[in-house]
Amino acid sequence: MLEKLTNYLEFPFVRYAIIVGVLIALCSSLLGVTLVLKRFSFIGDGLSHVAFGAMAVASVVNLANKMILVLPITVISAVLLLRTGQNTKIKGDAAIAMISVSSLAFGYLLMNVFSTSANLSGDVCSTLFGSTSILTLRSYEVDLCVALSVIVLFVFVFFYNKIFSVTFDENFAKATGTDVGLYNFIIAVIIAVIIVLAMNLVGSLLISALVIFPALSAMRIFRSFKAVTVFSAVLSVFCALLGMFVSILAGTPVGSTIVAADAAAFFVCCIAGKAMGRN
Amino acid sequence: MKTEQIICKNAVLGYEKTPVVENLSFAVCEGDYLCIVGENGSGKSTLVKTLLGLNPPISGEIKRGGGIKSTQIGYLPQQTVVQKDFPASVWEIVLSGCLSKSGLRPFYNKAEKETARKNIERLGITDLSDKCYRDLSGGQQQRVLLARALCAADKLLLLDEPVTGLDPVATADMYALIETLNKSGITIIMISHDTGAAVKYASHILHIADEVFFGTKEEYLKSRQGKMFLNMEGGE
Repeated sequence: MLEKLTNYLEFPFVRYAIIVGVLIALCSSLLGVTLVLKRFSFIGDGLSHVAFGAMAVASVVNLANKMILVLPITVISAVLLLRTGQNTKIKGDAAIAMISVSSLAFGYLLMNVFSTSANLSGDVCSTLFGSTSILTLRSYEVDLCVALSVIVLFVFVFFYNKIFSVTFDENFAKATGTDVGLYNFIIAVIIAVIIVLAMNLVGSLLISALVIFPALSAMRIFRSFKAVTVFSAVLSVFCALLGMFVSILAGTPVGSTIVAADAAAFFVCCIAGKAMGRN
Repeated sequence: MKTEQIICKNAVLGYEKTPVVENLSFAVCEGDYLCIVGENGSGKSTLVKTLLGLNPPISGEIKRGGGIKSTQIGYLPQQTVVQKDFPASVWEIVLSGCLSKSGLRPFYNKAEKETARKNIERLGITDLSDKCYRDLSGGQQQRVLLARALCAADKLLLLDEPVTGLDPVATADMYALIETLNKSGITIIMISHDTGAAVKYASHILHIADEVFFGTKEEYLKSRQGKMFLNMEGGE
């Protein structure tokens, strides 16, 4: 079995996939804690549907580099959605549901009506579930993924204390002169970038799992923000690697295997948390 | 004459030209213990926002003296739902009070960590500092948030309903703690439902209603609003 794995690792595209997979898993787990605690778990889901819609538009107009369109649209939606979290007529969760289902519908509609591809359902399926797209990344896509991940990591580390404060207590942060609006904006942009990146790995339907599972698992066991953040990053990378290896060896779809590994890890953490007397 | 830290003259407070409180005048001096009482919806929260500089007054003025800037008010907000299951240690939360001092620097420096350590010690929660916030009792959580407020500013504290949801023992404990802080020279502004405690602990009372009252506790007890309150207490 190991031999088979080393064989596969000799292919550059497999190595690319693993590098990109690890980076994406790392980034997506970082903001999980913030999203879960700010009650924004579903924002990932909503945004991924927006990204799907944008992806559909990009394929219809036949853009060579779809990121050019998908990234800005998702970033703008993220900023708008996080803004509705504050006082507006349509509440945050309703706004997310509304935007996500309509972009899903329009995306599929566009693909159906204008698609030039012979294998329409295959295209839709791979956008939704990721299928093998991580293995078919072109080299500039790999470069872009690496660059964006590094930026996300850097921004997160640089603003770690601010993100903590804004997540824990927005009112206090505001009262002591922290620019809460600015940091919420930064959080929104990071989330959007992560979503677009993660679409390559697990497809748009499974992204929320990648974002929230590691955080939820870590929260079962650990008791400080730092420990939760570090552990969820480690766990996420571990599950991504495990999922990718299993999918290479057993020929299962990459995205769903990774998410299955995340879900399994969550149950293990639940049991471990119970055993340690922390419920 | 003590230094006046906050002076409010003929202020009208409210949102987008809809006044909530009118004709508000009061002054807070160094070392005062001001209790702001009033019915729900009378404008207490609006006043808090205005004092914190988050919501400018519609007219009139609110001045800060004695070297107090708007970011130098230690604020103890009401607890939010998010905080109830937040995985953060006491140390992390108290340290986050130093955030505004750290500016753009991504990490806290030694002086800020020392401030956090001192304030944890001051509130007697040193043995809790590695504990998780959500595992603490309501009273302990309030102490943690108070320590954080002290990290942000140690001259003036603004407490928004500090005893909400606490049991009677923890409530008495909290009032005693606030009194100790006040005796050590920190100015206290407390928003409260609990007029009984206000009369017991505060040096000054600001009663927000259709008719605003501001004065010392003794004056309040003689005033019409104060008498009305005392009669209500007696009638219960």
